[in-house]
Amino acid sequence: MSVDTATVAKIASLARLKVSEAELEAMVPELNGILAWVEQLGEVDVTGVEPMTAVIPNTLRLREDVINADPLTGGDRRDAVLANAPAAQHGFFGVPKVIE
Amino acid sequence: MTNITDLGVAAIRDGVAAGQFSAVEVAEAFNANVAAAQSALNAFIVATPEKAIEAAKAVDAARSAGQALGPMAGVPIGMKDLFATEGVQTTAASRMLECFVPHYESTVSRKLWEAGAGMLGKLNLDQFAMGSSNESSYFGNVISPWQRRGSNAQLTPGGSSGGSSAAIAARLAPAATGTDTGGSIRQPAAYTGTVGIKPTYGRCSRWGVVAYASSLDQAGSMARDVTDCSIMLEAMAGFDPKDSTSLDLAVPAWTASLSGDLKGKKVGIPREYRVDGMPAEVDAIWEQGIAWAKDAGAEVVEVSLPHTKYALAAYYIIAPAEASSNLARYDGVRYGLRDLPDGAGLQDMYAATRAAGFGDEVKRRILIGTYVLSAGFYDAYYTQAQKVRTLISQDFAKAFEQVDVLLTPTAPSAAFALGENVDDPLSMYLNDVFTVPASLAGLPAMSVPAGLDAQGLPLGLQIIGRPLDEQGVLNAGLAIEARAGFTAKPEKWW
Amino acid sequence: MSTYRIQGATGDWEVVIGLEVHAQVTSNSKLFSGSATAFGAEPNSQVSLIDAAMPGMLPVLNGECIRQAVRTGMAIDAQINKWSRFDRKNYFYADLPQGYQISQLYHPIVGEGSLTIEADEKAGIPEAKVIGVERIHVEQDAGKLMHDQHPTMSYVDLNRSGVALMEIVSRPDMNSPAEAGAYLSKLRTILRYVGSCDGNMDQGSMRADVNVSVRRPGDELGTRTETKNVNSVRFVMQAIEHEANRQVDVIEGGGKIVQETRLFDPNTGSTRSMRSKEDAHDYRYFPDPDLLPLVLEDAFLENCRASLPELPDAKRARYEGELGLSAYNAAVLTADVDTFRWFEALLAETALAQGKQPAEVAKQAANWLISELFGALNKLGKSLDESPVSHEQAAELLALVGKGTISGSIAKQVLEIMLETGEGATAIVEREGLKQESDTGAIEAKVDEILAANSDKVEQYRGGKVALFGFFVGQTMKAMQGKANPGVINEILKSKLG
Repeated sequence: MSVDTATVAKIASLARLKVSEAELEAMVPELNGILAWVEQLGEVDVTGVEPMTAVIPNTLRLREDVINADPLTGGDRRDAVLANAPAAQHGFFGVPKVIE
Repeated sequence: MTNITDLGVAAIRDGVAAGQFSAVEVAEAFNANVAAAQSALNAFIVATPEKAIEAAKAVDAARSAGQALGPMAGVPIGMKDLFATEGVQTTAASRMLECFVPHYESTVSRKLWEAGAGMLGKLNLDQFAMGSSNESSYFGNVISPWQRRGSNAQLTPGGSSGGSSAAIAARLAPAATGTDTGGSIRQPAAYTGTVGIKPTYGRCSRWGVVAYASSLDQAGSMARDVTDCSIMLEAMAGFDPKDSTSLDLAVPAWTASLSGDLKGKKVGIPREYRVDGMPAEVDAIWEQGIAWAKDAGAEVVEVSLPHTKYALAAYYIIAPAEASSNLARYDGVRYGLRDLPDGAGLQDMYAATRAAGFGDEVKRRILIGTYVLSAGFYDAYYTQAQKVRTLISQDFAKAFEQVDVLLTPTAPSAAFALGENVDDPLSMYLNDVFTVPASLAGLPAMSVPAGLDAQGLPLGLQIIGRPLDEQGVLNAGLAIEARAGFTAKPEKWW
Repeated sequence: MSTYRIQGATGDWEVVIGLEVHAQVTSNSKLFSGSATAFGAEPNSQVSLIDAAMPGMLPVLNGECIRQAVRTGMAIDAQINKWSRFDRKNYFYADLPQGYQISQLYHPIVGEGSLTIEADEKAGIPEAKVIGVERIHVEQDAGKLMHDQHPTMSYVDLNRSGVALMEIVSRPDMNSPAEAGAYLSKLRTILRYVGSCDGNMDQGSMRADVNVSVRRPGDELGTRTETKNVNSVRFVMQAIEHEANRQVDVIEGGGKIVQETRLFDPNTGSTRSMRSKEDAHDYRYFPDPDLLPLVLEDAFLENCRASLPELPDAKRARYEGELGLSAYNAAVLTADVDTFRWFEALLAETALAQGKQPAEVAKQAANWLISELFGALNKLGKSLDESPVSHEQAAELLALVGKGTISGSIAKQVLEIMLETGEGATAIVEREGLKQESDTGAIEAKVDEILAANSDKVEQYRGGKVALFGFFVGQTMKAMQGKANPGVINEILKSKLG
């Protein structure tokens, strides 16, 4: 499968990456080169093969339902959460006004 | 007395413990080297000499007080700038996180500080660990301390842990952390004549490490010899309940059990790693490695890993797919760069911020990842790649029914010149051809320097082990190391 | 079969409804982090580094949320998947810090199940109907945006971000607003019985995405729209009504229904297109590589099953069968957790106070609760859990009636005083002298007086006008100021009138 400018523009928009026309033009052959190359995977017979789920056999552990058991994974640390925010106001993260 | 900065982890730790020198002296010596090399090598994004001194003082004080010292006590190290360090900027070499100062410490770095190590600074890397040459950092290329004989062309230290490999080779640090997603520890180690090990997936906690591709990312240690790597990895590894993929297993005493005697061991040589166009010197060093393995008592067996040729393609679907999602959090809302053009709405802000904050290679991988996961393509690309990944993993499992470890070259060539591959992403990706399969299978693997090529550049050999058998990998590495007698170091030009 | 139809200009239309209910799982901490889930906290105070999606943060699954989802699945007789997995749903929005929601698309924890909605003639549900549940999966809630705090900015509060939700997806088995309302109510009842969700719709603990399409009766399914986040049973019914009519208007006007996301406006009772989500359709789901497959052990499942309470349908059947309650009373008393808990406590106390088996006093307790206490609380504008009369106090009152100490009508007066003063029934009866007279002599004397004063009516009674018996009872009771034991009056009257 190969992509055209319109597809790349759509993908870029889906990925929220602003790209100029010139960048788009440059990306099309690059992505096509990579995609053509990865398509060799299509040759592999995968009949009856399960997709990889855990690279080292392992299943999910369940955590105890305890609030703030570890400060690193708990709440009640608003200052740390907001410390790096580009626009923190009144305890909130500020973003351009959203119309829903 | 030898120069302190020529010493490795064990020698420094033991020297400090024995009172041959103080930890502060060690920190000062490395701090000086870091400062002197910064403009030429650009190995660090930020140096933290005060952190190194602070940790050293604590070790010296503990020693004076007769307290027990940790396994890394007095050893200053470099920290790849992918590990969150509390109060110290953590950038992933990206403009996106240029001003990001975490309020938390990654599990791996915390364990190292608890073991008595100190931080010389945050090491440069490929942006978000995406790259094989360290040319995608927002903070500029890392320059390898190595040069071709008779040439002053700037070479790559490898990537993505290129700051780590360059710093160790140039004696700016005795050891450093690395992370390996498709070869990012092993390939830079091979390019710089240093040692690097990626343990089994799940040995080192990923908590607090900026994610590239979650199912592949694994931290590891880099140093100048196998023993030092082993000491450091032992300090980094261990179960972390904060990481669901962390293995709930005790860390074996790898260092205490190190042995270069390979009697009774079988070393496998995967036939599919003999690729077309591989330089004769790489082939020759591989043959040399086989001879060393035999000399160490091992039986050498040819094995087959039939799906090897598909590993890179599977990797370049899986890793970008995961990355496209892992990097969605960089949106200019809670931290990091925000680019808010006049009158822009929320979605415009996202697009502008991400366009300004991410470098070209990061964008390229996000686009590929977004594409392969998008409606109608998911099964053909992503599911297919994960199935091929299963086959690759099964190949290894079958091989390990016959042999204990595998021996291969680490990279298909010696270090290349900066700029040589940047215009062709595909040829850049091919650098990872030997390292990616073990990453896809989550296996422990390391690179050990084996010799120099005709131009005087280091070449590395890779050892791949069974899941959880870091010991087997380290032991085989030690056997090679002892026989290679690699003592070459870059001639100081910086 | 629902007979509900939209009468269009060109004929009748059938409505097809499916609900995706988001129910907040009752848990102390969030699905993948240790921050608290309590409602109404200071903005961003219940946010961990994980919930804020700081670089390098990783999710760790809360076992309680899984236990509650499994119990919920068991409560609707659903298939429990011992192997499930979490997927990422990728889209960009300010309330979604990771840029993806951790959810379960490909392998949900709970598969096919069902629940039954009861017949409700008045509401247009002629007979009980089984509504299929396709799946229940567990996922993260998003944060909250506030738009009215600043002229050019929206404010983001991540307190809800990462709270565990169960998404309960019905089959498109409902065909009227009433059926959808009944389904949602029943589901809420079950969740509250199980204890897996508090069902507080006004706090957003339960909200529904309403999928509606219309078709000619018997035709193929039409294109559906999804109205998001409707947060009450009434609004769900309104949204369906409006949306179905709108679709009919569009189709009959020659237009086509666009598959889209819509928003319900409670002020106008109408739905409108939600532009902000329009381009978000390609969610690029894939398994979350930070999480491993979730494998449930048999012991875990056994533990879940053993902890399930008696469920509404079983309880109602038992109330009718064992306790002999009317179908109506059984339905009323089992409709909500608070009600049945109150009733069962009252029943136990009442049986104890009267030295009888629960089945012997169940009708008394049920009738009194439904017709007396509910009415009284209603007048006071209070709910059952705010009742000034405790079930112990109520049992004391019922025991007085049961033992014949006071009559039912006196009991009403006593209840009123209890509600006002909080005093016990016995004390009130003593103080106010409300004890009913069972002394045969005193009653006999009054009866004699009344029969003498009404000799004409006695004649008529004896002549066959037996309906007059009630008159004599009433007169005697009046003469006794309501405090005579009606049983004793009956007996005496019968013997005297022959």
